[in-house]
Amino acid sequence: MKYVLLFGETKERAKQWESMPEAQRQAAYAPINQWFEKYGSKITGGHELQPERTATTVKFNNGKPVVTDGPFIEGKESIGGYAEVTVADLDEAIEMAKGWPTGGLVEVRPVVDRGEPQR
Amino acid sequence: MTAALVRALGDFDLAEELVQEALLEAVEHWPREGIPDKPGAWLLTTARRKAVDQFRRQARFREKLALLEGASMRDDTAEGDDRLRLIFTCCHPALSREAQVALTLRAVAGLTTTEIARAFITSEATIAQRIVRAKRKIVDAKIPYRVPAARDMGERLEEVLAVLYLMFNEGYLATAGERASRRDLAEDAVWLAGLMVRLMPEEPEALGLLALMRLHLARADSRFDNDGNLVLLQDQDRSRWDRERIASALAVLQRAAALRRPGQYQLQAAIAACHTEAASWEATDWRQIVALYDALLELMPSPVVQLNRAIARRYRDGAASTLPEVDALREALDSYYLFHATRAELLRDLGRDAEARAALARALELTANLAERTLLQRRLG
Repeated sequence: MKYVLLFGETKERAKQWESMPEAQRQAAYAPINQWFEKYGSKITGGHELQPERTATTVKFNNGKPVVTDGPFIEGKESIGGYAEVTVADLDEAIEMAKGWPTGGLVEVRPVVDRGEPQR
Repeated sequence: MTAALVRALGDFDLAEELVQEALLEAVEHWPREGIPDKPGAWLLTTARRKAVDQFRRQARFREKLALLEGASMRDDTAEGDDRLRLIFTCCHPALSREAQVALTLRAVAGLTTTEIARAFITSEATIAQRIVRAKRKIVDAKIPYRVPAARDMGERLEEVLAVLYLMFNEGYLATAGERASRRDLAEDAVWLAGLMVRLMPEEPEALGLLALMRLHLARADSRFDNDGNLVLLQDQDRSRWDRERIASALAVLQRAAALRRPGQYQLQAAIAACHTEAASWEATDWRQIVALYDALLELMPSPVVQLNRAIARRYRDGAASTLPEVDALREALDSYYLFHATRAELLRDLGRDAEARAALARALELTANLAERTLLQRRLG
């Protein structure tokens, strides 16, 4: 079963992260890298995303695409990255999410399975 | 299989009917979820579950329910495991608390959606939808159907017990007037807690919760007067307390204590036990109760526990030294009626009547429970 873990953080923390001196940021990455190593065999995809300020949203107004600056998720949190994981069941995906080292929030979403062969 | 049920029930027609129903369910489930490893055991489990459903719905079968509970059938451990799997799945933390409660009542306790809707004073459609959504999430998100691994057990058991306690309070805190038209969820919750204890006899917190529920229920009859007004513990007629139930609760609590792993339900039960053991309100051992609250605070440092400890301390140490402790909780509990009701009592003890009345008025604003409102109104005069 495939799930996507969406890594969220408060906008405030996202800003702090961005303004961190390079050396400090490298150090902060260490536990994240460890997490990816630990679950390496189960992670089948994913990326860290650039900050929300780089986001562009295409919104359809009556079918007509309108390009706007910014993310479409409004609120206190933003998505910092995602990982696609292939595990036995929800409990295993939750276990991985609980081990996420930087805090914040992790949303666990099952991927739609249309019974297609694994690519 | 029918034979096994007939042996247990002594009623062939009923057994046959139950097996038919189980087969129907198999026809519905197996194509979707695959044929289980042990189809025979699955059918027997389903048939027995349906039997329990039926008996619970029909009062005249009460004594047969006892037979069924006590009957030793083949594959008994497997069936116990199956029930546990069902309970842990219904109470999976990925489901909302509302869904956990509805699903557990439906799938484990065998209530109909109509009964659940009536218990929660909501529409059948709402409950049906809640259950359908929860079932869909179980399938779509692949919530596993199993007893949690040892390392997750503490957390997951806590979740189950929290569901049962919420269910219990929903029934227990209902007012007399409401009770007439509502199903008594408190009894369902006690039954489920008893089931948990049978399935996991070495879990002290399950025992603690069962003891706590029994202790509350033992006093239930004296909680309301003939007009349906709430009667406070201090004014209750202790001769009306159910001594048999209290004794059974204390025995359960002792079993829990022997396992030497204290927890919040055991401590709450111990506090309730202190009250039931006191011959009169005046004879209450407040020193012991405050000590138990101290232990409870260590385990769950919440403002509500602090408030309850302060209420006990009022009787041990007096209002003057307790009021500052209560006042310190204002920020956390300003919207909790009991905070203001407690302050009102303390202020009245200290002769600060105007402030006491203001606090009472605030408490009244904050509770919708009719019995509590009436009590507060009486105090306001």
